[in-house]
Amino acid sequence: MGKVARSPWLLHYDGSSCNGCDIEVLACLTPVYDAERFGIMNTGDPLQADIFLITGGVNTQNKDVVKQIYDQMPRPKVVVAVGVCACTGGVFKECYNILGGADSVIPVDIYVPGCAARPQAIIDGIVKAVALFQERSDEHDAKVKAEKKGGR
Amino acid sequence: MSIYMRVIFIICYVVLAPFLGGFLEGLDRKISARMQGRVGPPVLQPFYDVQKLLNKQVIAVSRAQTFLLMTYMLLMIFTGAMFFAGSDILMCFFILATAATFLYFAAMITSSPYSTIGAQRELIQMMAYEPAVLLTCVGFYLSAKTFNVSDIAASPLSHILYMPGFFFAFVFIMTIKMRKSPFDTATSHHMHQELVKGLTTEMGARNLAFFQIAEWYENIFLLGVVALFIINNNPWSILAAVLVILAVYFVEILIDNTSARFRWDQMLKITWLVTLLSAGVNLLILMLIS
Repeated sequence: MGKVARSPWLLHYDGSSCNGCDIEVLACLTPVYDAERFGIMNTGDPLQADIFLITGGVNTQNKDVVKQIYDQMPRPKVVVAVGVCACTGGVFKECYNILGGADSVIPVDIYVPGCAARPQAIIDGIVKAVALFQERSDEHDAKVKAEKKGGR
Repeated sequence: MSIYMRVIFIICYVVLAPFLGGFLEGLDRKISARMQGRVGPPVLQPFYDVQKLLNKQVIAVSRAQTFLLMTYMLLMIFTGAMFFAGSDILMCFFILATAATFLYFAAMITSSPYSTIGAQRELIQMMAYEPAVLLTCVGFYLSAKTFNVSDIAASPLSHILYMPGFFFAFVFIMTIKMRKSPFDTATSHHMHQELVKGLTTEMGARNLAFFQIAEWYENIFLLGVVALFIINNNPWSILAAVLVILAVYFVEILIDNTSARFRWDQMLKITWLVTLLSAGVNLLILMLIS
């Protein structure tokens, strides 16, 4: 129905990242890259977020947190794993407490590799995520319409 | 003012206010971005945001929240409609306070710690700005000998000449009402702060869209009150009022971008001090000369 791709709101969660990728994520919002020109807002609230940006691998302590944040986000939603740790677990993969990448607990749609991922790569990943977000939104609208028809 | 004029004004307000409010917010975000050396989102961004919010899946902690927010929005529309129809200004502000109470309940009902703190701070904000608002109404009465907006607007001289102190106090508390930076204690509009999103933390999808649209109605109503200070029976004063509104809006954006947030007790002290000094002294002078 509507064009939602113009207003993607991000939720940024730091799994067990070394903060390298987090600083690059924040760099996307600075005057040099200014992600807000695409309507991207960094919100701290899962209830209002559309794109879940996760950095760092998932460990035994935060796996429930990651799952819960994902569940709290309303449909349609897209998950982006930023940095090699969030993609696969990276150099920490073999650690006793690391389960692996973000996809070990939640479905990940877009992988942005790099250590740390460059802002250009992150913005590229987000732009891909936005296209996917629009696609999912259209599917969601079609589903809601079908449900309404079925209900009556 | 004839009954037809009143109806036309009400219809104009109900239909145009959200568009005007959204457009002003878009300008706000663009100008803020330029002040920070960024390109900024398109001017129509607030409309894109609301359109998206209306399309999202509705997850509500409490079903009553939608009802409370709808009531908030309807009362806000009612306030503005009464104002632009030229009726009692004191009544407008009482209904505005009622609307704010519904917003408080909508945030409280979720029992989330963030929105509860936001709601309590909203109450403190109300306590901070209400004296200035009521004094402004009294000031209009002393200056125009009536509470009726249509009669106030039809006076031969602009009221700002009699009540510059009230004007200053009102613009000062508008920073609170518009949720701008030194006083954005109830809803921090930046991510990753101690409040998350404060009052609006538990509002998602269409509930947040209702809240947003109600804010636009409120902003247009408040800017209408600013215009009331300027407008007199000369039609050219409308142009002056529009210029003053734009200037006030720009000053609010400038304050927003150049100041850090106050604690609630600092906010209360400084707001009441400004109200007392500027509106209070103006009130005494008005009472003496009349």
